[in-house]
Amino acid sequence: MKKELLFITVIGADKKGIVAKISNLLYDYNVNIEDINQKIMETYFVMTMLVDMKDTTSSIETVRSKLDKIGEQMELKIQLQHEDIFKMMHRV
Amino acid sequence: MAITVDEVYETTSMILYQNLDIRTTTLGINLKDCIDSDFAKFKKKVYDKVYQNAKLLIEEAKKLESKYGIPIVNKRISITPISLIMETHCSNQKYLEMAITLDKAAKDAGIDFIGGFGALVQKGMTNSDKILIESLPDVLSKTQRICSFLNVGSNVSGMNLDAINLLGDMLKKTARKSENAIGCAKFVVLVNAPEDNPFMAGAFHGIGEPDITLNVGISGPGVVRSVVEKNKKCDLTQLSEIIKKIVFKITRAGELIGRELAKNLDIPFGIVDISLASTTAKGDSVARIIEQFGIERIGTHGSTLAVALLMDAVKKGGSMASGNVGGLSGTFIPVSEDEGMIEAVEKGALSLDKLESLTSVCSVGMDMFAIPGSTPEETINAIIADELAIGVINNKTTAVRVIPIPDKKAGESINYGGLLGKVPIMKVNKYSAKDFIKRGGRLPAPITSMRN
Repeated sequence: MKKELLFITVIGADKKGIVAKISNLLYDYNVNIEDINQKIMETYFVMTMLVDMKDTTSSIETVRSKLDKIGEQMELKIQLQHEDIFKMMHRV
Repeated sequence: MAITVDEVYETTSMILYQNLDIRTTTLGINLKDCIDSDFAKFKKKVYDKVYQNAKLLIEEAKKLESKYGIPIVNKRISITPISLIMETHCSNQKYLEMAITLDKAAKDAGIDFIGGFGALVQKGMTNSDKILIESLPDVLSKTQRICSFLNVGSNVSGMNLDAINLLGDMLKKTARKSENAIGCAKFVVLVNAPEDNPFMAGAFHGIGEPDITLNVGISGPGVVRSVVEKNKKCDLTQLSEIIKKIVFKITRAGELIGRELAKNLDIPFGIVDISLASTTAKGDSVARIIEQFGIERIGTHGSTLAVALLMDAVKKGGSMASGNVGGLSGTFIPVSEDEGMIEAVEKGALSLDKLESLTSVCSVGMDMFAIPGSTPEETINAIIADELAIGVINNKTTAVRVIPIPDKKAGESINYGGLLGKVPIMKVNKYSAKDFIKRGGRLPAPITSMRN
């Protein structure tokens, strides 16, 4: 079955436990992490996580709402978006 | 090649901090197949077709919002120009009943605006067209979601002054019948109106269109402003290049959403409209882009050059990004919906005359501006005719959405709140064009050679 790749983007101040909390959540919903990158951009800490949701036991909506909760608790902006939007915008 | 952190951050920050969104997904629906000699049956067929398709649009659009994490702000409907399908039912009462039917279908499905309650009258008016215009003060004041348009000219037909001469009176009646003249905000008069425009108030489903089609309007003045802000020293050529590149990216997002939404709805994908559309949100303003160029306030000398540069770059970037660019694809500089435009009028930087000249270099038209309610109807007709003559002669779409506010003078303002914003009332030239405008008839179609 074809992979269903989405990007999780975390923007905010770096702190302990970001990867741990998100990874736990993804494990709970059977979402596989394909790649993780991070960088300081315009003073923000930015982390991107490429995840495969083809085997998930949940839905994009549920994972997003759980990520939003982690974002609120940790004062971070967390986005979940299908990788096609990045491919369309940044690759000709 | 893998997507980098920088690229992901660029896209997400456009959405999070620069108000990038898909401004509208508009479903064009043909209603010619609903015509019935029994008016009750006719209305039911119209209601059912609009309601069922609108509901599907909303459901599918929500799924894509979630998948791509990009807001799809408006889900709308455009229909076959109404006068066309009302030819055998044309009475004021029936027009109003049809408007109420459409308004209810939109409301029940959760659609905020439905466009196409209008007519194409560039060469002349049928009886149905005339009755439509007569019915508009009631239609626009008694419904919430109905948007109306009139196409009164084109570069191949010339311009119908007899139709324009009905509009000053119609707009003043509409203004008096509706609270704060809000009915006038739902009517636009155009020349060279595109048949696939997804933006209100001028959206309609043209007669050359398929049964149902999906058109998408992207936006992103905030994104363009942000990139201009980061490039303060570059010359005009470089400025054009950076705008082209960023517009390419945002148009690609519109293309992606449009294609997938059309596929999920199992209908043909129509067009992406690349117009920069302001909102009242801070930073989501076309005027602020112009100011970032180095113009102190939009409306001062240099503004026309700045709008020309902006629009040309937007069109070039957008047309590289999609083979389906269409609709209006200009920039909107509505006075009331753009906080930079409102401020420019209030500070005396932007006059009605300069607004008109800005529209000659590719913004769509004079949009959402208010004038004193005491303005004579012939003067309103002359304002409309001036703006539309620019479109007919220069082979482009131009439009006017004017609100004559009863009992208000120039310098005062009214606040609609929400999407429509605050409307400052602009000064109108006190001298009359009555004897010229009342001649009526048709401006002949312009010559296409000797273009100097």
